[in-house]
Amino acid sequence: MTEFIQHLVNGLGLGSMYALIALGYTMVFGILQLINFAHSDVYMLGAFFGYYVSKFFNLSLHPGYGSLSAALLCSMVGCAIVGFFIERFAYRPLRKSPRINVLITAVGVSLFLEFGGQLLFGADPKYFAPLLEPGEPIFIGGVQLNRIQLIVLGVSLALMLGLQFIIFKTKIGRAMRAVSFSHTNAALMGIPVDFVISFTFMLGSALAGAAGILVALTYPKIDPLMGMMFGLKAFVAAVVGGIGNVTGAVIGALIMGVAESMVIGYLASTYRDALAFAILIIILLFRPAGILGKNVKEKV
Amino acid sequence: MSVLKGLWPLGAGLVFLGLLGQIIPQVMNPYYFSILIYAGINITLASSLNLVNGLTGQFSMGHAGFMAVGGYVAAFMNMSLFMDVHFAGMPNYVSEGFFLFLSLIVGGTAAAILGYVVGLPSLRLKGDYLAIVTLGFGEIIRVLILNMDFIGGARGIPGIPQWTNFFWVYGVALVCIVSINRLMDSSHGRALLAVREDEIAAEATGVNTTKYKVIAFVIGAFWAGVAGALFAHFLTYLNPSTFDFNRSFEIIIMVVLGGMGSMTGAVFAAIFLTVLRESLRPLQELTQLDFRMVIYSLMLIILMLTRPNGFFGTKELTDFGWFKRFKKKLGA
Repeated sequence: MTEFIQHLVNGLGLGSMYALIALGYTMVFGILQLINFAHSDVYMLGAFFGYYVSKFFNLSLHPGYGSLSAALLCSMVGCAIVGFFIERFAYRPLRKSPRINVLITAVGVSLFLEFGGQLLFGADPKYFAPLLEPGEPIFIGGVQLNRIQLIVLGVSLALMLGLQFIIFKTKIGRAMRAVSFSHTNAALMGIPVDFVISFTFMLGSALAGAAGILVALTYPKIDPLMGMMFGLKAFVAAVVGGIGNVTGAVIGALIMGVAESMVIGYLASTYRDALAFAILIIILLFRPAGILGKNVKEKV
Repeated sequence: MSVLKGLWPLGAGLVFLGLLGQIIPQVMNPYYFSILIYAGINITLASSLNLVNGLTGQFSMGHAGFMAVGGYVAAFMNMSLFMDVHFAGMPNYVSEGFFLFLSLIVGGTAAAILGYVVGLPSLRLKGDYLAIVTLGFGEIIRVLILNMDFIGGARGIPGIPQWTNFFWVYGVALVCIVSINRLMDSSHGRALLAVREDEIAAEATGVNTTKYKVIAFVIGAFWAGVAGALFAHFLTYLNPSTFDFNRSFEIIIMVVLGGMGSMTGAVFAAIFLTVLRESLRPLQELTQLDFRMVIYSLMLIILMLTRPNGFFGTKELTDFGWFKRFKKKLGA
């Protein structure tokens, strides 16, 4: 039983990192009906921004909350800028094109970031120096928790609540929701649609950047292709929850995280990558709109 | 046999390829010869994916998975059963050719069966979802192979007999292209085009859209499996990582670059990209950096932004005015 709870806790930690990325996927999908394949690579860039910032300012010499927040902030800002440019130069010119063209472009941008990153940062994995001492593990009834796990859970929870606030309580959040219903009508109501879309990309990318740092804290080996699998799983999480739905993305991500940690714990870790797709396929076959998604009727 | 009517150019082409296959390895440098072989395999892959992605309009991203299945099944069959079998009193190439042909059929059929299993459920989905599910299936196939120890797992299988030669590669490519072209000229092919243009309208006019999507998918998977078998028997070594997402992507970019829905484009782009990849190799050796994928991805983005229909759009060679005039001049 203790072992089960331990896997559950590990899974929730993993799931909360998936959730931060899944939120970006789901917001962009909600507003543009586009799967932003490049999102997973923005997350990779987030980890690398953190790596270079901490290297440049020698943050790892003074591990602590200050260094961690500095790295977190830098990578969120950096990723937001990257997200803005991706939308501006790759997706905006194609907004009126057929979906398939946009899809191909998204795949292209994703591969460009991955292999461009390989050229820029080198293909070999880098060691992300710890920004926080792991500290003494805490035991609660035999379940082991360390400081990094708590930080990961805490930071992702705070960011998700912040996002919830932005979407549902602020003016720009209301504009985002309006644009996701109809671009034309939102524009008629005086909402600057282009700005709102850019903002959505920046918001999602900033969350991905934060996820990059949190993942690098937990698994300190980072490489330019790290986003490929992790991001795909986060995307699967968004679909499982019902893509376009913010709460659904979090639920789906937690399910994914727990399921994966159970497979690692009780089966074999070599199957973890196949698991995500198995879940995706089952969900899409039996409930194509996801857990919280609405089924949209196709009209002629 | 009205079905076989008009197939004499195919027969003549095969005979011609057989003769060419005798000459080319003698006069060509082995490195260029291997490029030629890979180009031929890529032509088959691109044409078969074009049937699914371009002509039927279902964006599949798991073609490498089917290629892997074909390659592994064929290699496993030949290595465990027929590697040392020779027909008494006949030259070696007869038995080799026979078993290669057999393994092409078996590998292709295995991939086609898998294509049916994968296609039937996933083709209910559309657009982005279909893309991601086929990508997922491709990855699952790769992970499963990775976990199968009797075919080498992550170590791969070495020592596959090198039976693939010029004739088989280009013979398969020719048969693949001709069969797809003939399919597209039939009423079944018109149904596939109808599904691509407007699925709802096609359904309303009585086309069984699911059936036709699955048919296209299964045929595409078959040829991918055959290409995988050829690939296995040329490289003599298979490894699951050869068939990862990048491989699927390489085939997709061939189809997109050539113009989705144009067989001519697929063939052209397959040759172009194979040659491009090799000509980038000196640059890679010079700088120790792999520019290939960066260039591919940039090409894809720029293509979509500036010329989304690819080189040929949906046009074929026979649609161009100069080709028609040329044909007239020949008196055909």
